[in-house]
Amino acid sequence: MTTPAARTILICSGKGGVGKTTLTANLGIALARLGRTVAVLDADFGLRNLDLLLGLENRIVYTAQDVLAETCRLEQALVKHKQVPTLSLLPAGNPRMLEWLTPEDMRRITALLAQRFEYVLIDAPAGVEKGFSNAAAAASEAIVVTNPEVSAVRDADRVIGLLATMNVSPVQLVLNRVRPKMMVNQEMLTVDEVSDLLALPLLGLVLEDEQVIVSTNRGEPLTLSDKPSAAGKAYRNIARRLTGEDVPLTDPTRERKGLRARLLSKLRNTTGLF
Amino acid sequence: MSLFEFLNRLMGRQKPSGTQARERLQLVLAHDRSDLNPELLMQMRREILEVVQRYVEIDLEGCDVSLETEDRVTALLANLPIKRALPRPDLVNGSAAIQGGGPVEVQDKQAEPAADPSPEPASEHALSE
Repeated sequence: MTTPAARTILICSGKGGVGKTTLTANLGIALARLGRTVAVLDADFGLRNLDLLLGLENRIVYTAQDVLAETCRLEQALVKHKQVPTLSLLPAGNPRMLEWLTPEDMRRITALLAQRFEYVLIDAPAGVEKGFSNAAAAASEAIVVTNPEVSAVRDADRVIGLLATMNVSPVQLVLNRVRPKMMVNQEMLTVDEVSDLLALPLLGLVLEDEQVIVSTNRGEPLTLSDKPSAAGKAYRNIARRLTGEDVPLTDPTRERKGLRARLLSKLRNTTGLF
Repeated sequence: MSLFEFLNRLMGRQKPSGTQARERLQLVLAHDRSDLNPELLMQMRREILEVVQRYVEIDLEGCDVSLETEDRVTALLANLPIKRALPRPDLVNGSAAIQGGGPVEVQDKQAEPAADPSPEPASEHALSE
């Protein structure tokens, strides 16, 4: 299996489009900038996108598949990030090969990565089928990403159930695309409600932030710069918590609202007048 | 919050959608986790009630059999209000029949139709044989 020093972390969600790959990219960069050596492994080989979010799509020559087939060495397949050289990307495969990957393959490749990196982040494919269980086979711990929406929470619960049968622990929760205003108005599942429903400890919450789209357009994750942005800050905090640092979670609904706004919304809720 | 809810109800407004989301998820997650679909749950409920009704008379209106989940542990909760115990002297014979075999079983067969007209006795015998 893996050397005990490296942490192999699966990033999964069940449902697609909740922000798995964005989290993987940002977390990878943030951890690397904290001085850790990080490998991000794109286990979504059918629909790979991690390279695109990291801005590395033009630099991929080999994949994990080539490493396993011994047509290249691991160093050749690893794509080093130019600005943050302690981060490397390894795509698991290419979209044309859909059937090659087995749990054993994933374990072998992760073990190789674990020998030379402190963190191995595995970006799992959506779904709860083979692709997911292959990716999970190689991980010792997991981060489940979800949105405060019924379908995302339900799918996350399925994944959590599967992880429990696979000896993956700890499993922590990241709540993505949080809208504090809607939570205050009780028109969105609150942070506590989601973490209670899923019975998982909260590793972090990320506010809905337009800058995420801007950064993915550019292929430059928010954590790459220190520009103030709600989501960027959240990703950095998640990275710090992952390294064991005690970064308190803030209640998004408190932070956001001043007294006047709170009174107004209360008035609005009770009267329904304006 | 309760004042809110009261006022909302007074004005005929719906529950906030966030609350609805939580309530719906609580139910659906309990079902997902137990791998029981609503149909199976209904069948189980019917069978549980059948068994209990052999021993006591229950208030069918007030019965509630449901799944509840807390901290990823799902429990089957059955709340079955009992009206009264059924006078069933044959129950003792019934258990005797299982232990004693042939001759007593005949006696059991005679006793049962009088106390219980439903097809249950047949299935009981199928089990004990």
